[in-house]
This record gives sequence, structure tokens and C-alpha cells, in this order.
Amino acid sequence: MKIKEIEEEIVEEFALFGEDWEGKYEHLIDLGKSLRIIADELKTEGRLIKGCQSKVWLQSELKNGRVFYTADSDAIITKGLVALIVRVLGDHSPQEIIEADMGFIDRIGLTAHLSPTRANGLLSMIKQMKMDALSLSLKSKV
Amino acid sequence: MNGKPLVYLDSAATAQKPTVVLKALSDYYLKQNANIHRGVYRLSQESTVAFEKARVVVQQFIGARYAHEIVFTAGTTASINLVASSFGKKFVNKGDELLVSEMEHHSNILPWQVLCQERGAVLKVIPLKDKGELDKGELDLEAFKKLLGPKTKLLALTQVSNTLGTVNPVTEMIALAHAAGAAVLIDGAQAVPHMKVNVVAMDCDFYCFSGHKLYGPTGIGVLYGKEKWLKELPPYQVGGGTIKTVRFSGTEYAELPLKFEAGTPHIEGGIGLGVAIDYLNSVGLDLAGAYEQELLRYATEKLSAIGGLRIIGAAAYKAAVISFVVDGLHALDIGTILDQQGIAVRTGHHCTQPLMERFGISGTVRASFAFYNTFEEVDKLVDGVIKALKMLRS
Repeated sequence: MKIKEIEEEIVEEFALFGEDWEGKYEHLIDLGKSLRIIADELKTEGRLIKGCQSKVWLQSELKNGRVFYTADSDAIITKGLVALIVRVLGDHSPQEIIEADMGFIDRIGLTAHLSPTRANGLLSMIKQMKMDALSLSLKSKV
Repeated sequence: MNGKPLVYLDSAATAQKPTVVLKALSDYYLKQNANIHRGVYRLSQESTVAFEKARVVVQQFIGARYAHEIVFTAGTTASINLVASSFGKKFVNKGDELLVSEMEHHSNILPWQVLCQERGAVLKVIPLKDKGELDKGELDLEAFKKLLGPKTKLLALTQVSNTLGTVNPVTEMIALAHAAGAAVLIDGAQAVPHMKVNVVAMDCDFYCFSGHKLYGPTGIGVLYGKEKWLKELPPYQVGGGTIKTVRFSGTEYAELPLKFEAGTPHIEGGIGLGVAIDYLNSVGLDLAGAYEQELLRYATEKLSAIGGLRIIGAAAYKAAVISFVVDGLHALDIGTILDQQGIAVRTGHHCTQPLMERFGISGTVRASFAFYNTFEEVDKLVDGVIKALKMLRS
């Protein structure tokens, strides 16, 4: 599926909850449980994305021209957000990842998590995933 | 907030403002706006009088001897930076020692750390009491006494911990520091909204606080300094307003407190702070403080009953601040779910990372109370936490 299609799928999924914030967050927490977890020995300083409060570790690799991510967080909701982003961006080409505008986050009512001052660092997470995709694609061309 | 009535439990970060303060700000701009200490015209004189009246209100509020011992700054952080810079230049030399405590806010650590690096001085830290079965979060006074010595130039200490709520025995500690020949700066940011402060009885050399935690505007704060110190210290920032005469051959600086108030000050901020203090006086700080203690007691009792929840900070004397952690859960997750329920708390390290390290935690959830909070709001907090735990543990 293309990134746009996955985004649409997620928007529809979240639309089912309407104004039910509990359902929305419970769904997010459940998504976190489906995240492919980064191996413990890879949880190093270098793979840490620093939000202000919660930690996120991210590992990116290129297989057959597509980027795959594993990650983890010490906070449950942050982990759900990571899973959501990985679901959208993972298993795509570096070019597709770099060009993704991630507008769906606004449409599912989680924009508050995107503000630069927000403690979970969702914005730096997306930036890191795009930068990883870029650097992996450059390395593969060397 | 998020479709629910706001439950604001973050007054230790900044307090909500009474309408009299808002009115004072708009009245100033509508009717009084003119630069102070400069104009010969009536409007300027009126705004000067209003600003200087606020200085007297602050002086009386903290029991200072003279109004010129009150310097208006941008806030507690600015006040501490002023002292670190001016006191440091004149009195701190290589090998001297400065003392802070393990529970200080970063704003009462970093200016001293930088000063020590610049002057080759040494920053020493008063620890909390040993971890025992009851880790209360109180300072170790025996260790403090041992740290004091002939090289100690200054003690910089918070009166109330913003994270733990601990009220430190400042009067006793100031006397000990003075006996060792050290000057003392007290960070009163978390104290003045909750308890009567008298700087003369306390005998501190410097006292700092912010307006916005005291129901006043942001961007205004106070540095109290004993007259003898303020006279001796060199100016911090220089510029318009700080001088008597300027010549290229040399400048003579103004009398106190103008020597420390370079540039146009935060005029409406000062006036607004004065009005906020008048308001707090009319409510009665004793009454407000006693009521906040009731809220604290109630919240402590109700939160303690939640399984897996641990309150961080159990000092014998606490201000209306309650920090907690829940086994296996991140403070940020709890704060996020509380936010969805319209409950505003602070999560994280609260600018006290050394203290978090001491407790072996990455952060806490902190609820802090002001006298406008209610018992019903405490109930909502407790229900909100229970709901958060249910969702996060599922």
C-alpha cells in the first residue's frame, strides 16, 4: 500500500471513535503493542531520540530498497504514536518516506502531539525517520 | 479544556490571575502609559508614582527595611543571575566555595555553576538525608554544617522545593552560614505564594521571587538585597536609568535600586504585581496557606490509597505541592490521560534533574495547589489518575 493509502486507512479507523477520546487512546495504546521492538542491545545513546520527557529508540535498515524500522519507548502512549508512524512510513522506499507530509496526524485529532514543545518529541521522531531513510539511500548508492 | 471544565493543578508553574490584576494591566495602558523616572509631564509622574508604590507594596509584603532594597527584575531566574554576576565579580575568587542544595531548581544551579567555571571557584552540594525506609526529601543539616567553612562565600538555597514541596529550615541555615562568614541567597519563588515571609527576621542577604507565581503578571520579578550588599555590588546590566552622570572619562551610577534597573522596566508588570499582592493580602495569606494545607492533606490521603502510587517527598513541612510516580508507568502517559480529562498537571523532571537522579526516577507527576482550588478538584484528580492507570495497565 502507498503511504497515502495507509494514511487514509488510519483516518477511517480513528473516525470510528468520533469524540470518544478514551477509545482513541486505548486504540493508540493497543497499536503500541504491535510495534516491532528494537533489540535491547541496540538501545544505545546513538539510537535515542530525545523528546523532553519520554525516550524513543529507533533502528532503521534498508532491505531490497525499502526502509524497515524497529523502535521502542519507555512511555506507553509515545510507543503507540511511534507504532502509528512506523505503520505509515515503514516498508517504503526512502524517496516515498522523505516526501510523506504526514497530514493525517492532524485529521485524527492528535495534532497536539506534534507541537515542537510537546514532551514526547513526535516531531523529532518523524524527522529522524526521514533522515535515516535519506542516509540509508545515500549509503546504498555509494 | 478538551471539552471538560478545566482543573488547573499547575500553580507552582504559574498561577492564574485575579481580574483585578488584569484590570490593572489594561488600566495602565488605557490611562497611564508613559515612561517612568524621566518625564516632567504629569502622565509620566503618575506612572512613576504607581510603579514606585508597587515597590513599597513589595517591600512591606516581605518585611524589608527599605523600598530601595527591592529591585525589579524579569523573574527569579533573572534575580539569581544578577547576584551571581555582580556578587561573583566582586567577591568570588579562585578556590572559593559556593553551596547549593541537591533539591535546587536548575535556575539556582546553573548561574553558580557558570560563575564557578569563570572564577575557578568550587560548587558544593548539600545532600538530602540518607535514603532510609522513609525517604522524606529533607536536607541533611549535619552534612550542611560540615560543608560550611572559611572558603564558603555564598549559600544559594531554595526556601520551598518546587518538586517535593519541602519547606527548608532557612532561618536556621542562614544563621549557620553567617556564622561561617558566608552570604545567603534564598530562592523564594515557591514560598511567597503560600506563606508569610519576613526577610529581616530570616536575615537572608538576598531573596528572589517571581510575580507570575504570585498571581501577578509574567516577566516581572523581585530581587531583595540588604542595603549594604546592594551598595557594594557593581551594576549587572548597564544603560539608561542606571546612571547619575555619564562621561567618556567615567560614569557615576545612580542610587539604589535604579543602579540595577537598566532600561525601561516592566512598568505595568510592577504595577500589576503590586495589585496582586494587595489582592493576596485582602484574601489573607495565612488563611490561603492554611486552606492549601487542607487540600494537600486531602490529596495526599486520597492519592496514597491508590495501589502502586508512590508520593515523592514526605517532609514534615511541605507547601501545597504533591509529586508522585506509579510503578511501571511513565509520568508523561499519566499526564496525557489526565489532560484528556481536562486536568492540568506538570510531568517530568521539573527542572530538578539532580533531584530526580537522587530518587532514581526520570520524572514525576506533580499537582500543585493554590487557594482557588477546591476539594472537588482533588477528587477529579484522584478519579482521573485511577482512570489513567486502568487505561494504561490494560
